[in-house]
Amino acid sequence: MLTIKTKNFNPKIIGLLTGIIFGWLLQKGGVTDYNVLVNQLLLKDFTVFKIILTAVLTGMIGIYFLEYRGLIHLHLKSGSIGSLITGGLLFGVGFGLLGYCPGTLAGAVGQGSMDALLAGLPGILLGAAFYARIYPKIQTSFFEKQPLKKLSIPEYFDLNNQIVITAAAFIILLVLFIIELLT
Amino acid sequence: MNFILSAEWSPYLVGLFIGVLSWISFLVSDKPLGTSTSFVRTSGMLEKVFLGPKSTEKAYYQKYKPEIEWQWMLVIGIVIGSFLSAITSGQFNFELIPEVWAAKFGYTPFLRLLIALIGGFFLGLGARWAGGCTSGHGISGTLQLAVSSWIASICFFIGGIITALLLY
Repeated sequence: MLTIKTKNFNPKIIGLLTGIIFGWLLQKGGVTDYNVLVNQLLLKDFTVFKIILTAVLTGMIGIYFLEYRGLIHLHLKSGSIGSLITGGLLFGVGFGLLGYCPGTLAGAVGQGSMDALLAGLPGILLGAAFYARIYPKIQTSFFEKQPLKKLSIPEYFDLNNQIVITAAAFIILLVLFIIELLT
Repeated sequence: MNFILSAEWSPYLVGLFIGVLSWISFLVSDKPLGTSTSFVRTSGMLEKVFLGPKSTEKAYYQKYKPEIEWQWMLVIGIVIGSFLSAITSGQFNFELIPEVWAAKFGYTPFLRLLIALIGGFFLGLGARWAGGCTSGHGISGTLQLAVSSWIASICFFIGGIITALLLY
């Protein structure tokens, strides 16, 4: 694997460099700006959807090709339905109120948004610290009753990868096409 | 050079490059792009400083140790990368109250900061509860066709759209 060849690099330096490119791209895309993010949630500006969907389309094809060639391993997140939905919706409430998500908040700080630095960041840290306190209770609660047993969509629906990738690519292109038509 | 430093790139081009960056991240670091775990690690580091070393014995801080690692540096990198992009394109600007917010709620800093703090709390709590954020689930997870990430990401936007529509 390629990762073996690069293991001598300091992962912190690689992480920093990856982040610099990521932050540069987010800022160039306009999604480190509260106005662009909130207008997406208000369905007035579709920049966020365009970026995410194009990234997913490009990423999906490349990642599955690299995995097929044995060059990388997938890292599929596990989870249980109750926690994914509850956490996802709570995240959404926070996203709507704050107007940034964790990654774009870091980018907003970089371009001088003081609401992100002075209030958004402490808020996220408090929220994460609160979760650390309730974590043991959640682990034994009904939220965790239905853990996903099959982690990928192809496995879940018992379809082969190529079919799901083709279908997902088609749906993403269709959604992007509809967004372009309507905006 | 003019293009590289221009203020705005096409969202499709930015999305394409983020997709390619995800390939590189898997190849070089064997890790998907993500950010929200770093905030828990930071919470743990701060608890250690302010509440003493015992506070990091919590199971969650044992799972995500309060330490600086690859992803933590990635988040610092995002701040730097965005700063470099903004400063070289003339977009860097110390701003407390965003335009769209001000048009609706006025220029009272207290109100904006209070709502941002509460929003941040739900964001931090929700990201940890769902096991990821818009990067880890929304981009890296969905592109790997993870069932968990598609469920979480759809909920992120359902919650976000409803909240924003109610707020405005």
